[in-house]
Amino acid sequence: MAPSLSDVMTPDAAALAAAQKGEGRAPLKAGSPEHDLFTGLTRLGDNCLILGHRVSEWCGHAPVLEEDIALANMALDLIGQTQLWLGLAGEVEGRGRDADALAFRRDGWDFHNILLVERPNGDFGQTLMRQFLFDAWHAPMLKALEGSSDDRIAAIAQKAGKEVAYHIERSADLVIRLGDGTEESHARMQAALEALWGYAGEAFIADAVDTRLAEAGLMPAPESLRATFDETVNAVFAEAALTRPESDFAHKGGKQGRHSEHMGHLLTDMQWLQRAYPDAKW
Amino acid sequence: MYAQMVKSEATDEDPAKLAAFQARIDAGERIEPKDWMPEGYRKTLIRQIGQHAHSEIVGQLPEGNWITRAPTLERKAILLAKVQDEAGHGLYLYCAAETLGISRDELTEQLLSGKMKYSSIFNYPTLSWADIGAVGWLVDGAAIMNQVPLQRTSFGPYSRAMIRICKEESFHQRQGYDLIRKMAEGTPEQKAMAQDALNRFWYPSLMMFGPSDKDSVHSTQSMAWKIKINTNDELRQKFVDQTVPQAEFLGLTIPDEHLKWNEDKGGYDFSEPDWNEFYEVLKGNGPCNADRMEARTRAWRDGEWVRDGLMAHARKQTSRRVAAE
Repeated sequence: MAPSLSDVMTPDAAALAAAQKGEGRAPLKAGSPEHDLFTGLTRLGDNCLILGHRVSEWCGHAPVLEEDIALANMALDLIGQTQLWLGLAGEVEGRGRDADALAFRRDGWDFHNILLVERPNGDFGQTLMRQFLFDAWHAPMLKALEGSSDDRIAAIAQKAGKEVAYHIERSADLVIRLGDGTEESHARMQAALEALWGYAGEAFIADAVDTRLAEAGLMPAPESLRATFDETVNAVFAEAALTRPESDFAHKGGKQGRHSEHMGHLLTDMQWLQRAYPDAKW
Repeated sequence: MYAQMVKSEATDEDPAKLAAFQARIDAGERIEPKDWMPEGYRKTLIRQIGQHAHSEIVGQLPEGNWITRAPTLERKAILLAKVQDEAGHGLYLYCAAETLGISRDELTEQLLSGKMKYSSIFNYPTLSWADIGAVGWLVDGAAIMNQVPLQRTSFGPYSRAMIRICKEESFHQRQGYDLIRKMAEGTPEQKAMAQDALNRFWYPSLMMFGPSDKDSVHSTQSMAWKIKINTNDELRQKFVDQTVPQAEFLGLTIPDEHLKWNEDKGGYDFSEPDWNEFYEVLKGNGPCNADRMEARTRAWRDGEWVRDGLMAHARKQTSRRVAAE
């Protein structure tokens, strides 16, 4: 017979452990500084997650082997950045949700990415133009975030910024080469620009959350990044012989959780295993 | 084995040159691209390296099938990195083949026209998340078994590519094993997925080594040239002996009722895979042959304007530079 061992466990150990991580704690109050910061961080993380997902759909289907490698690399960087931003968001929220819980267990209305990144891949030209428009915002955004009053944000921005410096270099270079390539590649790049331009502006439109985050010195005011973005895209379009659309109309809503029809399908794909087998560890 | 059933070419060159070539190989020297080599050696290598490269490229598809559904961010990153590595292996191997005087585009055209093959294993579907573990554990495991000896193959660029590739493949195998271990130790549903993955991938993995040596007509010349180092049966036996205890550790059952330790030979006795199925898959009748080729053909065709655009831009840049000088 095995020696008897005294039970040193408290009967409600599981509940205590959960409470340590904040599970069951009340949701953050909208308008509170913590809620603002959480929202700002999910905006950053969700942009990376959704764009990373879209880019990863290309795996094995790219026009040339070097692009298979490059696209996988972009997706990998973006998923890595997602882990950092959503990890910090979960920490700020303090309710026991980690990056995976945020990525795989929220529904569409709780995602805060801009509409641009959920646009379907289309042809390679559309995927590339979406990436370029995103990178042209993402690079100055990360640069500004390096000066955040929150050291954790500054540290992530510094790390991600090194990667995104390559992203913009690559996407700008390819836009130029294909814009100024054959007649067909030019026409496709111009069509991609016209299809996606209306989604480029959302990132620069501030709401009350953005304004409060900017006032607290945590994140830059969205409109402050517009000049750098314009300078980048104008220079690249000029070299690529592409015509910038005249209208600056911007579709919006993604940052506040109002998404396109595409988003539900994307999440169905991405979250399926986690939703179908909620008790499983992977 | 990512290159299966590679037919070695007969050769009818000057016997003195051939003898000197064989002497170099026997002395363990590496043959480099600019060295004299028999045409048969060159053609056999193009076929073998090309087939291996194509396998890496087509091999992106069954695994890519699960990237968007990976259940955690970490697993998604691991799988992305792995599939990216496979594309990288394809790139090294195409480069090695190019040193023999054939371009990557020519090799691609031959794949798409059906003139060249890729490993039959990639014509099987990945149906559950556990399959991603099984592919790493069994398929990469079988590939490594073949590729480790090929690090000593006689053709320098191929040997060097293999050294790099093996390092990454053994990492992939561990990641695959880690994934399936998590499944095998998980919920009853996860365990069932792991067992089902093993059931479906076991025999196709054994087929990766090719038919038995007594039926393999291409081995002798390739072995003399050190393009092939071990026989199919030796490698298959080694794979089974290595894999059985790994399955036992996972608490999974190898789907072979005749599997039995044989003390005399110091290895397992096991059932042969269904070779009719193997030949049908090679002929194009596997579950995914048509889908795989369609995906590769579409990627190539849809990407044509991109490749043309990049080339046109490069030509414009050159003529602008020349005009400026």
